[in-house]
Amino acid sequence: MAVDAETQFHVLAVDDSLLDRKLIERLLKTSSFQVTTVDSGSKALEVLGLREDQPPEHNEIEVNLVITDYCMPGMTGYDLLMKIKESSSLRDIPVVIMSSENVPSRINRCLEGGAEEFFLKPVQLSDLKRLRPHILKGKSKEQEKENTTIISTSTSTTSSSGSNKRKAIAIDEDLAPNKRTRLRFSSSSSSLTLV
Amino acid sequence: MTPTEELNSLMNWMFSEGLLDQQFQQLQMLQDASNPDFVSEVITLFCKDSEIILAELTKLLRDQPVVDFQKVDAYVHQLKGSSSSVGANNVKLACIHFRQFYEENNKEGCFSSLNAMEREYFRLKDKLGTMLQLEQRIQAYESSKHN
Repeated sequence: MAVDAETQFHVLAVDDSLLDRKLIERLLKTSSFQVTTVDSGSKALEVLGLREDQPPEHNEIEVNLVITDYCMPGMTGYDLLMKIKESSSLRDIPVVIMSSENVPSRINRCLEGGAEEFFLKPVQLSDLKRLRPHILKGKSKEQEKENTTIISTSTSTTSSSGSNKRKAIAIDEDLAPNKRTRLRFSSSSSSLTLV
Repeated sequence: MTPTEELNSLMNWMFSEGLLDQQFQQLQMLQDASNPDFVSEVITLFCKDSEIILAELTKLLRDQPVVDFQKVDAYVHQLKGSSSSVGANNVKLACIHFRQFYEENNKEGCFSSLNAMEREYFRLKDKLGTMLQLEQRIQAYESSKHN
């Protein structure tokens, strides 16, 4: 799967503040993302095809990344993160959390819970540059999953060599250099350096 | 002074007085030909939100025999968020001061920062109004030139 620089990825943005939704939408569109905004965690789960107390449905809309506010009434950003990571169909979707408050214990909790990044509000355009690598990583995880399924179910040699090629591409993507500027709060660093 | 000179002078003043900060410049950078009204739309939203919050704060402070500071703090938290998102620096600072006083249980400090919040908001609203008017005048002049 060749992913060129212009591939439009779809980001789901969750924030209960209309003002902040407007802002994050503009920031994401300026960064060439397709955007859907919702005002709550429960609406986000609906968009993702996961309804409460029901088996997961096949996603109607493909979402490549979820960016959510932490402080929301009802379901917090952390609660939403947990629901996504607990779902077998959604757990590979990268999740980024935003907050106006710099609380180290909160940040650590989110990163340990599986969030890829924690952005302090107000979110900047430069912060959004860090999203694409996470999306690509998420996609290669999905690809590996598919390949594993194909290898275990395939009987002919042609399909397994085809899937090996796909696996090779997935590994190459994983090795692609990630341009990191200043490390803020990222789960992919070996030590949590809080700059 | 031409409208452009007036606008530049006003903006410089607003930044130096702390009415606005760098975040406002970020908003201006997000405005372009495809989204020409982005800044004014954001300002409109901010003003609407802020006035609702300030009205609620007034109710909580004046209409109740005992002030529910927890509820007040929740509203101030919201205002702090939106003022930070928009670059409304002095309003944001007043919110930060309120929360510090609230944590220290300093009632007088709480009341004085609530007053500052309101004062700074209306001061900003006034100047933003002038800014938008000047921009409209400049815009109108620019489009008349092309006709």
